[in-house]
Amino acid sequence: MTTHALADTGTLTGRSLRHILRSPDTIITTAVTPIALMLIFVYVFGGAIDTGTGDSYINYMLPGILLITVASGISYTAYRLFLDMQGGIFERFQSMPIARSSVLWGHVLTSLVANLVSLAIVFGVAFLMGFRTGASFGAWLAVAGILVLFTLALTWLAVIAGLSAKTVDGASAFSYPLIFLPFISSAFVPTDTMPGPVAWFAENQPVTSIVNSIRALFAEQPVGNDIWIALAWLVGIFVVAYAFAVAAYRRRVS
Amino acid sequence: MSTALSPQPAIRVQGIEKSFGELQVLRGVDLDVARGSIFALLGSNGAGKTTLVRILSTLLKADAGTAVVHGYDVAAKPGDVRESISLTGQFAAVDEILTGRENLVLVARLRHLKDPGAVADELLDRFSLTEAGGRRAGTYSGGMRRRLDIAMSLIGDPPIIFLDEPTTGLDPQARIEVWDTVKKLAQGGTTVLLTTQYLDEAEQLADRIAILHEGTIIQNGTLAELKQLLPPAQVEYVEKQPSLEDVFLSLVGATGTEKES
Repeated sequence: MTTHALADTGTLTGRSLRHILRSPDTIITTAVTPIALMLIFVYVFGGAIDTGTGDSYINYMLPGILLITVASGISYTAYRLFLDMQGGIFERFQSMPIARSSVLWGHVLTSLVANLVSLAIVFGVAFLMGFRTGASFGAWLAVAGILVLFTLALTWLAVIAGLSAKTVDGASAFSYPLIFLPFISSAFVPTDTMPGPVAWFAENQPVTSIVNSIRALFAEQPVGNDIWIALAWLVGIFVVAYAFAVAAYRRRVS
Repeated sequence: MSTALSPQPAIRVQGIEKSFGELQVLRGVDLDVARGSIFALLGSNGAGKTTLVRILSTLLKADAGTAVVHGYDVAAKPGDVRESISLTGQFAAVDEILTGRENLVLVARLRHLKDPGAVADELLDRFSLTEAGGRRAGTYSGGMRRRLDIAMSLIGDPPIIFLDEPTTGLDPQARIEVWDTVKKLAQGGTTVLLTTQYLDEAEQLADRIAILHEGTIIQNGTLAELKQLLPPAQVEYVEKQPSLEDVFLSLVGATGTEKES
């Protein structure tokens, strides 16, 4: 059966990508909220925010916006997975001689493609709003790698939500806390202006190290320890979420 | 048909038990389904029909007992069982966002067939869906959706097909279409196990009928055998009134055409 795993994953990825092509609004809505936030923060709040870096505010806050984009995009994976299980199509796949893991991987790879498209749109708007970087090709590649890893890690969280949710609303609601996490981090303002306990949380939650790494890569600064902390968080979340997703899947299919 | 002479049954179920928590759904089910026959599992809602079908199609594990499908034990060789079967569940398992043709191509790909497009076109034709093939399955009527669903189950010519309440929720015309399809399948040598809560459906289609009640098979036989369980028929003279179904079908034309939706 595993000999077909790649072909089956390809077929099922093609299926759910077609779903997205038929409802491109899922990509648009994923990009709209972060773009709106970007406009508000840059043109409304931005003038009053002193980041202490001397860099333009859009350069400062883009990394956080990118993470918010992914956090809102992955909820569609939970939504689509939930709908698959509601209809009979999930059982049809399970009763067919296909690699069982391909059902989940098809959704995960689709999420990756959809989120990369949303990210490209957000990047495009950011450039129009004055985002500039002299980052080398290698630095861009590193940013892309972090975003891909971030998307995969969060998508597997979404898979857990999609597999265990009881209602459609439940399947997509889990992503709201993820969308808000960047606000209590270094994404929009430096953490040292926050009161003690909040600053402590902000400095020790995953978003800060990820944001700092991306920001440093774009600003052509050394990434320091942040990149390792970020990678540890990302790989950790990925592995734990994957393990729980597979366990939830096993519970569903037997 | 000489199905009764086949040495090994297509499906052999022995002592299958299944509970969900406190609720004991199947309490030791035994049955054999001969190759190439249509076997109807008759029972009311909650009798355990779907649970048994889910066990036979490897979606669920039994607590006790054995089930052998096409010579493979469902617990030990689920992969081989899946190669040999197709399941048409209670709710049409079609992808509503894809077109009818794309649905068929998808399943043909997942069955690793050589020319998925040709397979899809042939089935669209066979199920009178060619015209609708380019439309999203979500726009289909209930009958068309069911036809597409069954067409998807036939891809790859699995020797055994499970139909779980194939006509529940269909209008009388669509029911007759499904019945015709099932009859043709059995003529082609496919073994069909169907569940139903409609007595006339079992009567129309099945070579053998088993009645599942409160988790066990309480009767199992041909229609004639089951009828003999009752006292001999008495002759009464009753004016034959057409049933509403007769009226409806004669008014709208009994044969299903593609005039739906």
